[in-house]
Amino acid sequence: MQLIPCPWCGPREEAEYHYGGQAHIAYPDDPQGLTDQEWAQYVFFRDNPKGPFAERWMHSAGCRRWFNAVRDTATHRLLTVYRSGEPRPEVPTP
Amino acid sequence: MTAPFRLPGRGLVDQGTDLEFSFDGRRYTGHPGDTLASALLANGVHRVATGIAYRRPRGIMSAGVEEPSALVQIEEPFPEPMLQATTVELYAGLVARGPAGRGRLATAADPARYDAVHAHCDLLVVGAGPAGLLAALAGARDGQRVVLVDDQPRPGGSLLGTAERVDGLPGPEWAAGVVAELAALPDVRVLSRTTAFGHYDDDFVLALERRTDHLGFDAPAGTSRQRVWRLRARRTVVATGAHERPLVFPDNDRPGIMLAGAARTYLHRYGVLTGRQAVVFTTDDSAYAAATDLVDAGVTVAAVVDARTTVPEAWAEQCARRGIEIRAGEVVTGTSGSERITRAHTAPYAGGRLHGPRRGVDCDLLLVSGGWNPVAHLYSHARGALHYDPARGAFLPTGDLPNLRVAGAANGRATLADCLADGAQAADAPASTRASIPVSAPVPATEPVPDQTPGLVLWSVPDPAETDGGEPRPRFVDLQRDATVADVLRATGAGLRSVEHVKRYTTIGTAHDQGRTSGVIASGIVADALGADIATLGTTTFRPPYTPVAFAALAGRDRGALFDPVRVTPLHAWHTAHGAEFENVGQWKRPRCYPRPGESMDRAVLRECRAAREGVALMDGSTLGKVSVQGPDAGELLDRLYTNLISTLKPGAARYGVMCGVDGMVLDDGTVIRVAEEEFLLTTTTGNAAKILDWMEEWLQTEWPHLRVTLTSVTDHWVTVPLVGPDSRAVLAAVAPDLDVANAAFPFMTWRDATVAGIPARICRISFSGELAYEVNVRGWEGPRLWEALIAAGEPYGITPYGTETMHVLRAEKGYPIIGQDTDGTVTPQDLGLGWAVSRKKPDFIGKRSFTRAENLRPDRKQLVGLLPEDPSLRLPEGAQLIATAAVPAPPVPMLGHVTSSYRSAALGRTFALALVKAGRERIGDTLYAPLEEGVHPVRITDPVLYDKEGTRRDG
Ligand SMILES: [Zn+2]
Repeated sequence: MQLIPCPWCGPREEAEYHYGGQAHIAYPDDPQGLTDQEWAQYVFFRDNPKGPFAERWMHSAGCRRWFNAVRDTATHRLLTVYRSGEPRPEVPTP
Repeated sequence: MTAPFRLPGRGLVDQGTDLEFSFDGRRYTGHPGDTLASALLANGVHRVATGIAYRRPRGIMSAGVEEPSALVQIEEPFPEPMLQATTVELYAGLVARGPAGRGRLATAADPARYDAVHAHCDLLVVGAGPAGLLAALAGARDGQRVVLVDDQPRPGGSLLGTAERVDGLPGPEWAAGVVAELAALPDVRVLSRTTAFGHYDDDFVLALERRTDHLGFDAPAGTSRQRVWRLRARRTVVATGAHERPLVFPDNDRPGIMLAGAARTYLHRYGVLTGRQAVVFTTDDSAYAAATDLVDAGVTVAAVVDARTTVPEAWAEQCARRGIEIRAGEVVTGTSGSERITRAHTAPYAGGRLHGPRRGVDCDLLLVSGGWNPVAHLYSHARGALHYDPARGAFLPTGDLPNLRVAGAANGRATLADCLADGAQAADAPASTRASIPVSAPVPATEPVPDQTPGLVLWSVPDPAETDGGEPRPRFVDLQRDATVADVLRATGAGLRSVEHVKRYTTIGTAHDQGRTSGVIASGIVADALGADIATLGTTTFRPPYTPVAFAALAGRDRGALFDPVRVTPLHAWHTAHGAEFENVGQWKRPRCYPRPGESMDRAVLRECRAAREGVALMDGSTLGKVSVQGPDAGELLDRLYTNLISTLKPGAARYGVMCGVDGMVLDDGTVIRVAEEEFLLTTTTGNAAKILDWMEEWLQTEWPHLRVTLTSVTDHWVTVPLVGPDSRAVLAAVAPDLDVANAAFPFMTWRDATVAGIPARICRISFSGELAYEVNVRGWEGPRLWEALIAAGEPYGITPYGTETMHVLRAEKGYPIIGQDTDGTVTPQDLGLGWAVSRKKPDFIGKRSFTRAENLRPDRKQLVGLLPEDPSLRLPEGAQLIATAAVPAPPVPMLGHVTSSYRSAALGRTFALALVKAGRERIGDTLYAPLEEGVHPVRITDPVLYDKEGTRRDG
């Protein structure tokens, strides 16, 4: 049972959270202006790196706020968490 | 009465109190402090079980959790299969048997309670042996919050099974003193009979506390039998000791063959002699203490068979003084006996081979010691790397983990003094976080021990049959699985190279054993067979749980009604009192129908449907999800999330809306009413309420945080009662005298606040049946009063309560889809015929861009249609596939679609269904075929609206 540090509440058990996939994928400004391929890129395609990955989490059984985290996908370690709207912080490469 | 093998006055058991118990139908006597195994041994019972594959007699191999052989079935007080006799604490009235390999689960429900506890601490110490006690003491004296867990009923660990003294005191006495000091401190918790069985992420440790198992019939009913401690520790010290490794030789499984350390434990802890005439077979020094202790207690030790040619001098002297013969450079090559060992055979051994003639020696006890395996399971769970130590033939922890240290014998320390010293400093933080003052405890004095002579690593003794051509004898590697050296060699012979593969091929190290006795040996045999280095071969991975944990304990209180919350509406009592059949919709209990006495469900539904279409009927719609959307930008948010325009809705009006994902697939539908300029209330499908609230929150928080909107779940605030049917207007008028119910004053898709039966209510003119209908909403606690008033007012019209089944039939007759039943995440609004609810005016909304993707424009997309089976009495099963031909072609059969909803209709006087069919709308009028188990049935494709296509009934 991993501890995930909510930027609003502090460390809480992972069962209180749910996962929201890759972070910093903005909804396009003008979806109608995109080609099918560009739109499909937004809808269906996500990165799947081994290593640090910025992703979204929601503290669904706590404060119900969305936030972002950088997690090392190889170790599951959460390298940092930050609030929605904040830029991705630099994290030391493990 | 003293049992024949019990030494009066010896051991830590209470010999003044007798406990009667029964094993394999015979009655015996033991004492408090005994295990089932020690009590049986005291009575001279060695054979306790039968091997699973070869049906060979099996005895007691160990004195603890490493027991691979003495697996018993408890019959009373409550049946439990496959418990280790060495871990079952004895109590009066215990009835047990030794099964043949397999146990039997209870058929009755377990009456015991199980529970869970959460706790946090600065320091968790696992194991109350010499190292663990000093680690806990150091942390506790430093003021840390300490939890000390130990699986035994009393502290001391290895000290309970030896005669060693600490600080001049007998070991158990010293341990009890340390625990007394710990227990007196306010921030220390000592948990005995508690096994830490798994280490998980972020220093989370699960431990099982056995609270009443040892009380047997006297277990108090109000106390949970076992509970799982969910411990979150800043730092953990693993001081779990070491397990003695058996030796593998021909016929090494006979009752009376036992680990040397176990015999010593039975002597010192339980006051039990495990035999009269013993042979000791060893590859290291520790077994000599067992030999001398046993002789001192009156046992004859016929020989110490030491595989090493160089035997420890000091121990040789001790043996000589007691007249014990040492056969140096020899091994045990076989045994005789059936129910019990009667003879051991030895032969000279060097360079991995047997040399020279065999000699026999009579014995009723053969003690074996092949070295010691540190119990590094928790370290391994925490992803600590083990490394091979060739001198010990064991895998040892490799350094500290950030928040976890291993101490004592688990850390490879061999002597008591070393274990104490290691434990004394184990509570100290690792170097990187070290405080200025080290946390440690003074190391108590111990008695001097002889210098250690290096052990010999011996994975298996060769079978003499290999050289002299006799009958090969089994050499057991895993006694529980009856897996032998031959099985391992068969695995390597089949090309398996990884010990993980060999484990799965042979099942060695599975079940109770989990590699405790067999793991390293199996690796060693594989290494020998392949000519590989065991250090690189490694061992199989240790995974939780360390010892077996009952599912009941893991479930704790989360069973039965507490497994998942049950949600009921304020009208639930009425439904129950009026014979409702319930169905589960998510966590909700919803009335499915209200069958009258003797009435079948089918007939009840037909009756309820008829009432709704011909008279008046009402249902409990309170489970409908409801979200209050408030704020200046509420309309804007809803415009972005619904496919149609919401912001133009006037207060007092209602609109049907559809939500899609970015992929353009339907997520949910429902109605939206505008309560005020800056307030909307929307409804969701019952099972989707939480999901839709989350969906809306996600967009609001992550994409459009600048929108000034708040979202609140108000599902439970309201009781919602659809009042349906041509007579609904008259019924409503009777209870809402101040409301103008005329169609012109209160038209379809509007809502009004009014007083209904004296209760403030909000009434929406919406319909999910096609009939004239009013949805009456009141505050939850006023629901029962409203319901009773509507029933009373409707009585002259034969008002009929109806359930979800009728609701489904009515809506399906009108072709209204249910999201999640008629859709599956691949269906667009257009596929459902809901194109009219998709705005063309709005520049964008979630899902819009996907509607023009090539995939979404394919003419052969599956579309919602109606189905009329040619046989009007045939109700197609939901999920039935549809094909083009009356004869089923050879596979792969082209599937054109499937049935999503299927009912019997009172209004149509026949059965009908809804289906998703490829290019369905183009096929209207065509016949397709439904291949069912009993034959292929023709079905006609129709428009999904089968009843009142013109909508003439909506306004009454
Ligand atoms: Zn939070």
